[in-house]
Amino acid sequence: MPERVMTYSAALNEAIREEMRRDPTVFVMGEDIAIWGDAGGVFGVTNGLMTEFGPDRVRDTPISEEGFTALAVGAAMTGLRPVVELMYFDFITLAMDPVVNQAAKMRYMCGGQVKVPMVLRSNIGPSGGKAAQHSQSLESLMVHIPGLKVAVPSTAHDAKGLLKMAIRDDNPVIFLEHKLLYFTKGEVPEGDYTIPFGEAIVRRAGQHVTVVATQVMVDRALQVAERLVAEGIELEVIDLRTLVPLDIDTVVQSVQRTNRLLVCHEAVERGGWAGEIAMQVQDRAFDYLDAPIARVCGANVPVPYSETLEKVVIPGEEDVLRAVRALLCGTHFDRSREGGAQPCREQIRT
Amino acid sequence: MVNLVAREADRLGGRHPEQLVAMLERMLLIRAFDSCLPDLYTQNLVRGSTHAAIGQEAVAVGACFALQPDDYITSTHRGHGHAIAKGADPRRMMAELLGRVDGYCRGKGGSMHIADFSKGMLGANGIVGGGFGVAAGAALSASLLKTDRIALCFFGDGAINEGSFLEVSNLAAIWRLPIILLCENNQFAMSARPERMTSPPNLVDRALGLGIPGECIDGMDVLAVYDAVWRGAQQARSGNGPSLIVANCYRLLGHFSGDTLRYRSKEEVEPWLDRDPVALFSAQLIEAKVVSDEEAVTMTRAVERHIAEALEFAKTSATPDPSQAWEDVYA
Repeated sequence: MPERVMTYSAALNEAIREEMRRDPTVFVMGEDIAIWGDAGGVFGVTNGLMTEFGPDRVRDTPISEEGFTALAVGAAMTGLRPVVELMYFDFITLAMDPVVNQAAKMRYMCGGQVKVPMVLRSNIGPSGGKAAQHSQSLESLMVHIPGLKVAVPSTAHDAKGLLKMAIRDDNPVIFLEHKLLYFTKGEVPEGDYTIPFGEAIVRRAGQHVTVVATQVMVDRALQVAERLVAEGIELEVIDLRTLVPLDIDTVVQSVQRTNRLLVCHEAVERGGWAGEIAMQVQDRAFDYLDAPIARVCGANVPVPYSETLEKVVIPGEEDVLRAVRALLCGTHFDRSREGGAQPCREQIRT
Repeated sequence: MVNLVAREADRLGGRHPEQLVAMLERMLLIRAFDSCLPDLYTQNLVRGSTHAAIGQEAVAVGACFALQPDDYITSTHRGHGHAIAKGADPRRMMAELLGRVDGYCRGKGGSMHIADFSKGMLGANGIVGGGFGVAAGAALSASLLKTDRIALCFFGDGAINEGSFLEVSNLAAIWRLPIILLCENNQFAMSARPERMTSPPNLVDRALGLGIPGECIDGMDVLAVYDAVWRGAQQARSGNGPSLIVANCYRLLGHFSGDTLRYRSKEEVEPWLDRDPVALFSAQLIEAKVVSDEEAVTMTRAVERHIAEALEFAKTSATPDPSQAWEDVYA
């Protein structure tokens, strides 16, 4: 059978559509998801859902992030499966109480009396000049909260399978898409399939350095891997796919073979999940490491508007390449040492 | 459910005596439950914060008796009364206060998180304003699942200034959700009085801004609360959306067990004590000969015994196994 190719955005749309057909308790709500553009929200993910399912199950909301996210919590507690869209994940700050204090803790606080099967979808990452309040990668804030699951799909195939899994999950799932991925294309099987949470995938096998990444950083790592083939350097690139639950086993097994680990994310370095991966790996595979674990992350500054400045603070292929070389030479990659005490340009990027 | 809404000048006329007695009993039960709290601290049986609703029993009971058993409520940090009024078992509530395995939350929630989903009681909430969304979400469920249920959100005069009040009330109004927003104005947000913190001074005027019906009632009068909530429930159930009820009452004790109450005078409290909702309703029923003096005394003794038994039950319940700290994080 020929491959069926579609965009990441269309794959997400198909996942929601199939789940809404399968389960009448699934409904979607968010800002401008029903009428805007081709009737599918700012990134087209909810295209056409209003036509098929009508206004009861496809609900355009006012600009009230706290309000409609809180409603989703109550709806999930009482028999529905809300799929909520936050237009940009930067706006999670407006909905922190319903997510952090209500959804994530409700089951625990009530001693297991209730389930909160809701999905909060949104997008992270910079995408060309959206600046400090529309470009952040705030996934680490969510990773920090027990009770939440966090998915970060990087391909159209995974977008569909993980979203269907998220909608069927009985827990609150923070489902983070990436702006630069919405219009990338990939093979997407027709019909029903799910991808279990907590199963990383090895995108490329190699024996010299393990590179752990998500979303656009996976692609950047794969590009670097291709560039290094000529030098006889083979990177193993692992795409985590979900951050909670975290498939640390796949990472540890890889590090036991490569003996070197680089973790990459666009989110700012300080307090980011790369540090968590590093800690868990050194707990379980310290004796296997031939070099200190390295990370390539966003600079510890807000995302600036100017293209020149944005490029400086967001890690690119060159940063990954330099970090890999440093790991292999046994030297530190300076970017990962950026501490904030001396805010000089050299510390952000060398 | 029997319609208790007064149709005649006589406030008790046409109301079912058994129901009236049940309401008084429930108010006495709440009073007895919350009256235990200081002793529980003295005996080192509870930890953290508890918030007594003494003086606010009429709001809880009047409201919950006007609802159907499967209707939803959400409560606040001052939630024992709401839970009891909705039918929660004081034994399991007490066990929760003591952090025991037979507590509603198996000892994981404590006073501020008591919930009984089997009774439609969707939980007390430690976050001021945290119940708005949960209640409205439950109302949305009722609406989409086409059940006849409604939701009632108890909140305080402090929560009316949270952003979630505006956001959720607006959503409830535009979607005509079957919900009643019941503000218990107990005159204090911790130490802060509404006249110093809230504009407009008449809290129910917020309903005008939302374009929903609003009603301000005497929250010390259980029948006034019952009638207002009954009307709100009729409106919600008939598809006409939310209403705001502001019940004026008085927090006769401090914000929490241990509050020094330096921010108010004894003279201020006196007139409110004269309008103690439990004493008021008891006298009303005695005067109308719904109960005799002796029966009222017997009832009081019976609920006190009930609470004493609840405490015994709680004390004999086991403390949680340490392994339970890792349970219920995920479903």
